[in-house]
Amino acid sequence: MSDSQIPTQGPVPTPGTVQGEQPAPAAEQPSRFSGVLREIASGNALISVLAVVLALVAGAVLIAVTDPGVHAASAYFFGRPLDTVNAVWTAVSGAYTALFQGSIYNFGRPTFAAGIKPFTETLTFATPLIAAGLGVALAFRVGLFNIGGRGQMLIAAAAAGWVGFSFDLPWGVHLIVALVVGIVGGALWGGIVGLLKARTGAHEVIVTIMLNYVAFYLLAYMLRTPGLLQAPGSSNPKSPAMKPTAVFPHILGPSYNLTLGFILVIIATIWVWYLLSRSSLGFKFRAIGENPHAALTAGINVKNMYVYAMLISGALVGLAGANQVQASITSGFGSGIDAGIGFDAITVALLGRSRPWGVFVAGILFGAFKAGGFTMQASQNVPIDIVLVVQSLIVLFIAAPPLVRAVFRLPAPTVTPRVAPAKISGKKAVVTK
Amino acid sequence: MTTVSGNLATPSSTPASKIVLATAVVKSWKSPIALGIFALVSIVLFGVFGRDGTSSFRLSSETDFVQLPVLALPTRAAGIVLSILLVLLAAYATWLAYRARRVNLWLIVVFALIFMVGFLSWASAGHTMPVTGLLVGSVGLSVPLIFGALGGVISERVGVVNVAIEGQLLAGAFVSALVASATRQPFLGLAAAMVAGALVSSVLAAFSIKYLVDQVIVGVVLNVLVTGLTNFLYSTVLSPANETLNNPGILPRIPIPVLSGIPIIGPVLFRQTIIIYIMYVAVIAVWYGLFHTKWGLRLRSSGEHPQAADTVGINVNRTRFWNVSLAGAIAGLGGAYFTLGSIGGFSKEMTAGAGFIALAAVIFGRWDPIKATFAALLFGFATNLQSVLAIIGSPVPSEFMLMLPYIVTIVAVAGLVGQVRGPAAAGKPYVKS
Repeated sequence: MSDSQIPTQGPVPTPGTVQGEQPAPAAEQPSRFSGVLREIASGNALISVLAVVLALVAGAVLIAVTDPGVHAASAYFFGRPLDTVNAVWTAVSGAYTALFQGSIYNFGRPTFAAGIKPFTETLTFATPLIAAGLGVALAFRVGLFNIGGRGQMLIAAAAAGWVGFSFDLPWGVHLIVALVVGIVGGALWGGIVGLLKARTGAHEVIVTIMLNYVAFYLLAYMLRTPGLLQAPGSSNPKSPAMKPTAVFPHILGPSYNLTLGFILVIIATIWVWYLLSRSSLGFKFRAIGENPHAALTAGINVKNMYVYAMLISGALVGLAGANQVQASITSGFGSGIDAGIGFDAITVALLGRSRPWGVFVAGILFGAFKAGGFTMQASQNVPIDIVLVVQSLIVLFIAAPPLVRAVFRLPAPTVTPRVAPAKISGKKAVVTK
Repeated sequence: MTTVSGNLATPSSTPASKIVLATAVVKSWKSPIALGIFALVSIVLFGVFGRDGTSSFRLSSETDFVQLPVLALPTRAAGIVLSILLVLLAAYATWLAYRARRVNLWLIVVFALIFMVGFLSWASAGHTMPVTGLLVGSVGLSVPLIFGALGGVISERVGVVNVAIEGQLLAGAFVSALVASATRQPFLGLAAAMVAGALVSSVLAAFSIKYLVDQVIVGVVLNVLVTGLTNFLYSTVLSPANETLNNPGILPRIPIPVLSGIPIIGPVLFRQTIIIYIMYVAVIAVWYGLFHTKWGLRLRSSGEHPQAADTVGINVNRTRFWNVSLAGAIAGLGGAYFTLGSIGGFSKEMTAGAGFIALAAVIFGRWDPIKATFAALLFGFATNLQSVLAIIGSPVPSEFMLMLPYIVTIVAVAGLVGQVRGPAAAGKPYVKS
């Protein structure tokens, strides 16, 4: 090679250099602005927002397809297509406006105090979801899958309810005793799982599923047996009403349903954050969640940690159960007192990526869907089940960023693509078998 | 599996000099303790709290070739004799454990059978127990569980944890009701149920294989999604047009000419609907396919050691995708049994947690199709036992009878099954490096 040939060598790769390394710095150089833009476009926050948008669009399609008005208009679609478009718009915008007004702010009310009431409803619905979600998330972080939220909530509700209606204690003390008994009830029901897993190696998924049914039938038996939980003089399987001293006080005055439970949930979130991120117990929990064998080698007593984790997880779910009888339904409860929150909590924990504050935000989002869903069902005749569809789609999309990127044609993250798969699988809520 | 590993373990040429290895003596006390607890329960229940009277067992139905006489046992005497037998068996298990020998499966099966006969005679004192009816009902209740468990076994064996069995069953139930009603063709309904189940599970496969989302997350979320979708569509589409869209009718029972006349076995196994005959074929086909064909070997190797499978030229992710879809199709058939086989119409959340019980059966049956089938039959039997006992008047509150299968499962999982080990790579995405 002579010197005159050097300029032509530019585009031709020389054998000594790796081709993949050169374009990378070149791509970052052009301008700082496009780099920032790229960062935003590939960031987690945007993905989350787009996932919500995508799920809402899917919900809108479902609403439009099943709306009777749309059906009527689509019969003469080729004659007057705009009618169909109008009908779709009416159905979808009506439903989503109702969803918003039922969960965030109602512009139809005269004052701010009345207009913001839906948002306090959202927080009220979010309270048990966050508590139970924290419990499931904590178990996830230790590598345990707690499907037993239902059973733990039922036992906690029964225990807190029993203290709530059968004892006469001074105001304040009664509330705390009922709450503590409820939390202990949930903790014990969860602790059984941890103990069985630690001592016999029983799979926690089986044991939690089975204990859900055991708790359900146990509660059903106690509710229909006079002298246990059944209201005296009644033949219905229902407990007596709670004594006023055991009921959580309303924190924003009597016109709002928001109770002390929400404050408790905030405290619980801070406590779980402290436990997981700042305490030695939390460090052991996370070590086991990442790799139980490595944790064992490092000298952590894995079996005991399983017991502690399930005790704490059950206690947090128990807080949700106590909240149900001390705040949500204080006029006496039946065997459906858990209201499906034990299962919803799993989705909340997944959406919150098992991080305490993530769970908090996810719980509020799901609370908003629940509060708004009821308004939507009442005013627009859209079944509340659409909320389940939208919620699950959000979790599904957020869990799969590449899919959302592909739909919106967003660039891949700026980090080298080869790292991406490992990063995703490392970030997942760890569930080991 | 035992046959395969047995063949592999025996080398064709044995070395001339025998090598004597040091052996560790492992004594497992779990089985004797579990059997001892049951034996103690039987002494207390059948002996101390024994009931007087005669227990009769009706063994024949009217259309059998041979009419077996009604078996009558004096309740207390039978209970005492049977509990002595149980104590002897438990003692034998203890002796085996003391000599550090394994307690055989047949011993546990015999023990369980004797315990069940003792319990039935105790519970039916002074009444007649329709044995055939009890077993027919049990098979009926087990069908969706068995299909679900087969789907679970295939999916987990190929390396994808299938928590979405519930969703596959529910999708199968919904679509089969809709298609069979709309076309008046029950067989089209069956086919549509398979397609629906396969669709649900292909979503599971796509998200876990392509987007590397945690498989348990996708499974849980899919359950919620299908529940929401079917509830929503039921409210908006099916229930307004119940007569035309949700009225599939029930498939006829087809007695098999000669076999259906055999006492007990005939009515239980050979006077059933086509779905149950498909189930027999499916169980055997899955078992044979998994352990005796090339397909099964490839499937299992993808779930046990994907790197090794890849090395010998198996496309791991393609194998996973198609087999998980197949698993969904099988589970979808189980869903069709709810609508076409037993109830004759879809209703909201009609699977009622059957998918989770099927998941428990998979783990209980140690990822083996035959054992999982028996586990599913056990659940079906226990559920049906409760309803039969409720009819003839049971001395135990019905809630405790309903709880029994779940408690037995917990005891069995903790005491007898213990540390189960699933397919090694189940739950882990395979990324070719």
